[in-house]
Amino acid sequence: MNAPYRSPPPGIGAGLPHESAHLHVAGTASYTDDLPEPTGTLHAALGLSNVAHGRIRAIDLSAVRAAPGVRAVIVAADIPGVNDCGPVKHDDPILADGLVMFHGQPLFAVAADSHEQARRAARLATLDIDALPAILSAEAAAEAASWVLPPVDVRRGDAEAALAAAPHRLAGQVTLGGQEHFYLEGQIACAIPGDDNTLHVHSSTQHPTEMQHAVAHALGWRAHQVTAECRRMGGGFGGKESQSAQIACVAAVLAVRTGRAVKLRLDRDDDMRITGKRHDFHIQYEAGFDDGGVLHGLKLHLASRCGFSADLSGPVNDRAVFHADNAYYLDAVAIRSLRGLTHTVSNTAFRGFGGPQGMFAIESVIDDIARHLQLDPLAVRQANFYGDSQGALRNTTHYGMKVEDNVIAPLVAQLARDADYARRRDAITTFNATSPVIKRGLALTPVKFGISFTATFYNQAGALVHVYNDGTVLVSHGGTEMGQGLYTKIRQIVAHEFGLPVEDVRLSSTDTSRVPNTSATAASSGTDLNGKAAQVACQTIRRRIAGFVAERLGVSADAVIFTAGQVSAPGFDATFAQVVADAYRARVQLWDAGFYKTPRIHYDPVTMQGRPFYYFAYGAAVSEVAIDTLTGEYKVLRVDILHDVGKSINPAIDIGQIEGGFIQGMGWLTTEELVYKADGSLATHAPSTYKIPAVSDLPPVFNVRLFDNANAEDSIHRAKAVGEPPLMLAFSVFFALRDAVAAALGPDARPQLDAPATPEAILKALHGGTLA
Amino acid sequence: MSERTIQFYFRGAIRQLEGAAPTRTVLQYLREDAHATGTKEGCAEGDCGACTVVLGEKVDGALQLRAVNACLQFVPTLDGKALFTVEDLAAIGPSARTGLLHPVQQGLVDRHASQCGFCTPGFAMSLFALYENNPQCPSRAAVCDALSGNLCRCTGYRPILDAVPAAYTRKRVSLDRPAVLAALDEMAALPTLDYAAAGQRFIAPRSLAELAATRLARPQARLLAGATDVGLWVTKQLRQLDDLIYLGAVPELKVIRVDEESLFIGAGVSLTDAFDALNTFEPAWAELARRFASTPIRNAGTLGGNLANGSPIGDAMPGLIALGAQIVLHKGEQRRRLPLEDFYLAYQQTALTPGEFVQAVLIPAPPAGQLFRTWKVAKRTDQDISAVCGAFALTLTDDIVSQARIAFGGVAATPLRARATERFLLDKPWCAATVEAAMDVLKNEYTPLSDLRASAAYRRQVTASLLRRLWLENSAASGMPVRLADVETLP
Repeated sequence: MNAPYRSPPPGIGAGLPHESAHLHVAGTASYTDDLPEPTGTLHAALGLSNVAHGRIRAIDLSAVRAAPGVRAVIVAADIPGVNDCGPVKHDDPILADGLVMFHGQPLFAVAADSHEQARRAARLATLDIDALPAILSAEAAAEAASWVLPPVDVRRGDAEAALAAAPHRLAGQVTLGGQEHFYLEGQIACAIPGDDNTLHVHSSTQHPTEMQHAVAHALGWRAHQVTAECRRMGGGFGGKESQSAQIACVAAVLAVRTGRAVKLRLDRDDDMRITGKRHDFHIQYEAGFDDGGVLHGLKLHLASRCGFSADLSGPVNDRAVFHADNAYYLDAVAIRSLRGLTHTVSNTAFRGFGGPQGMFAIESVIDDIARHLQLDPLAVRQANFYGDSQGALRNTTHYGMKVEDNVIAPLVAQLARDADYARRRDAITTFNATSPVIKRGLALTPVKFGISFTATFYNQAGALVHVYNDGTVLVSHGGTEMGQGLYTKIRQIVAHEFGLPVEDVRLSSTDTSRVPNTSATAASSGTDLNGKAAQVACQTIRRRIAGFVAERLGVSADAVIFTAGQVSAPGFDATFAQVVADAYRARVQLWDAGFYKTPRIHYDPVTMQGRPFYYFAYGAAVSEVAIDTLTGEYKVLRVDILHDVGKSINPAIDIGQIEGGFIQGMGWLTTEELVYKADGSLATHAPSTYKIPAVSDLPPVFNVRLFDNANAEDSIHRAKAVGEPPLMLAFSVFFALRDAVAAALGPDARPQLDAPATPEAILKALHGGTLA
Repeated sequence: MSERTIQFYFRGAIRQLEGAAPTRTVLQYLREDAHATGTKEGCAEGDCGACTVVLGEKVDGALQLRAVNACLQFVPTLDGKALFTVEDLAAIGPSARTGLLHPVQQGLVDRHASQCGFCTPGFAMSLFALYENNPQCPSRAAVCDALSGNLCRCTGYRPILDAVPAAYTRKRVSLDRPAVLAALDEMAALPTLDYAAAGQRFIAPRSLAELAATRLARPQARLLAGATDVGLWVTKQLRQLDDLIYLGAVPELKVIRVDEESLFIGAGVSLTDAFDALNTFEPAWAELARRFASTPIRNAGTLGGNLANGSPIGDAMPGLIALGAQIVLHKGEQRRRLPLEDFYLAYQQTALTPGEFVQAVLIPAPPAGQLFRTWKVAKRTDQDISAVCGAFALTLTDDIVSQARIAFGGVAATPLRARATERFLLDKPWCAATVEAAMDVLKNEYTPLSDLRASAAYRRQVTASLLRRLWLENSAASGMPVRLADVETLP
């Protein structure tokens, strides 16, 4: 029985600052590299392969070992346990053994007295590697039938027949580039040996439990010998979900070997060379549709570059398939998903986790249809939206899940109205008719994003809540803080349950010794899962306190209220601290764990049918751009966003996620170009060559609003996940650029614009696909 | 000259430093030696700004505060300067005792401008410099300029921009400038720094004569100015440099002189100050100046360094070559001048002889009727290396092209004049037909490479397009915009 609230709940819905904001600005928020180093800490660096694919004949490390300050050097054979840090398929060597699978793959590791000495030593090896032919692109992998995992087909109805019968048919293809995470804090771990064969690993990771297991496996140890801890990351974005394991494992092996603390902090260039990125895709389609642009049949080929190992490529590509509908009903559809093995870094999780690639595919199809029919793309998008949730028609996904919470039509209608879409469309058409050099473009694109890990078992979380006998609260949970504001929201949730000001609640670091068997903080699920788990723990403790007070007063526990730092009941009012102190002396347990598992979800990974998602988050954006047809340069002039976060726990943080996700998505689709050289090495391995959005890329007009829409499901305080969905709002920028290119080319042009839409890509599209 | 410790003002007092290798970076010193971990390493190449610190120097009797990247600065270059890091801000804030935040920090908190927080100390320091240098809240454009060297991957920047007006609504605080100036004066009385550690010397001459003599005596030594490129040789290439001769303490190299005939910019003038002078001299520099690297790089880097470095993608050269600039070289007691384009011999090879150094660049006053533009084309507006950087200086006499100087960077192993195009244009009427035909010449003038920044075909197309832009900008009859800079959102 829960004690009810009388006054407005403190905390929930308040736009409180990030719980570490005052530390961030002062430089006193400690990241892994800032923690005090134990005496004798060694610093590690990795020695990298200089070929993309090859057989190792010999690695001469004598100069490395002889270099100043060097204390230990390890190769694959020195790993005492299993030489693998792969999250699913276990095909990810920590250090290459025999076979080199990508340019930049770590071959050995060195520990030295200083970071600089380790880096210098790591460059002194003499490598003798027999080069083998390398596959370097998704297309090349598809051609060679080179897979990390077998192709997957998802079908509904008879796509071929629907295509044949459709009034109009189109075919097209587009390539979609990858993306480097560019977390500002690079990968880092510090492993500290303890007594009796134990190890404590400080890791900048989204997945401490996986770090614990990966390290234990690498050492040939059992899980209870290793603890992994992370207080905060300087950004993650999916790049520290599985990819932090290699770093943690190397530090751990060196620490156990030397008996000293070992820190491995990757230099930025090494980080970008070694770690996986967002999967780039090659997309091909055939679409059949009617005069209104409504899809009748669709065949879609989604070929991805997974890199040399499976990593998370299975679920990433699954999510691409699940999201190939975006917000549109696909009647007869056949999707083929290809998971290409290439001799490049192992691509991995990145905000959206394949969803963006699937959604980009269908948005490209819809945009082409509109241009072919010379209709406004918005009209074609609206015509294809899923039907009313209440109705019987057009509301089941191609994976058999009924869309029960659909708000995309009213959301888009509201945004189109608020952003004055129709009038601006006319004004832009008028402008373009008389402006030969500068062309404007406009696009409104929707987002529907499924929330839950598709691997159902990950949808669980734990929390540990301590109420100390002075009335303060310390919370541990399985989620990690990478800037997304999870700790801030958990703090608000816990404070709310006890009726306390947030100042009375603190979050401890995320540590496998406090909450075990945690899932990655990923899939936008951090608050949904851990918030509920923390709430459960709080409610258990609160029930005990209420029972204690009720028994003393002879009232019902329901009558005991926790609000504004007070506990009250008819004829009773005392501070929370006083009540807690009394309860402690009365031997009431003031701490407890909470556990939560997401209800209603199920899904058959073989047929890919079921309900993989608890609910959907929705949103839409309108972007207006201008392009310079002389150089292909462009400017994003105005962006309007309306996004569904359910009932917001913290609107300031949610708006931050929306804006940040949007700009990150815009970077992916515009300036962020990963260029590989012919030898398979990455040419863009530093911010000097890889260009994430900078301050001038912020649109001068940027209106972001929250859509009023409490979650239909019983999520934490009826909020919705917000980490990933806003990234895909940036499609509006890409399709506005395409709109502007089309304006330059003529009324029925379907510009061949690939992503990222760099100035060169735009100019190429303006010149019909090639520059002479 | 005498061997002595490095001395700089830090945390309220003059600090002495010895034993650190001359190429130890300020960031390494802060994080590893001083255990001041508020300043972060994001890239160690001056492109992310997480390590931004502020340096104080006395200029014309006043304290000049400028943001720079700590990852690129070597510790001996701190000698005689004041160093401020994020940890200093609270002490400058409204109440050092209660630990209240500085207004720029509080502004960042109030506007939710940090998420992961790793870039935040760097932003705070760029904003601190901006705040100290502007009694009134600067424009959004000025704020963007100040933050052009700071990357944030989380927020999308909107709340960071909003933090600035928020900071200005709070009670203004100010650094105790007299205390800093007193320390700078005290250090100015020290003898020339001749510092040796880890088998390497660092000499910082205090006059042009001293520099010339030192250079002659040590022709193998590496000249060091802003370290915005040399820094990378150490942090990225892990190169072991020779002895270093630092140019930052030579007052004659910091001279800017303008008269009716020319503009003279000393080789040690920072890019920030050099572009201010160039903009005043010829306002068409403004756009390139804004996009040249970033504010902290322009604060540290020098125009002389950009020219002497000899990179084919240096953005200052095409404009200066088009304007007929001459480079002034100094060796011993001798001085010579070369047209800037003749300074570049081959890829990263210049006409400098052993013992010689760049003293200045001299830009002649523009002839009447000169049409000058210099533009860069890159993937990103802020801090990006050009795919192509071009410059045009045409003199029109009665609408006939009477002089033409065109130069490009990013299209060859050195910055290069487009001599065929120049010849083609000469004595032709300045009209659409001439421009169309000249574009064909220009498109085939160079044989650029394809690389990660652009393909050869794109570079060729764009060189020609920039000539069309020059024509359109200066003929434009339609009244429609020809530049993105002129495009606003529709009402």
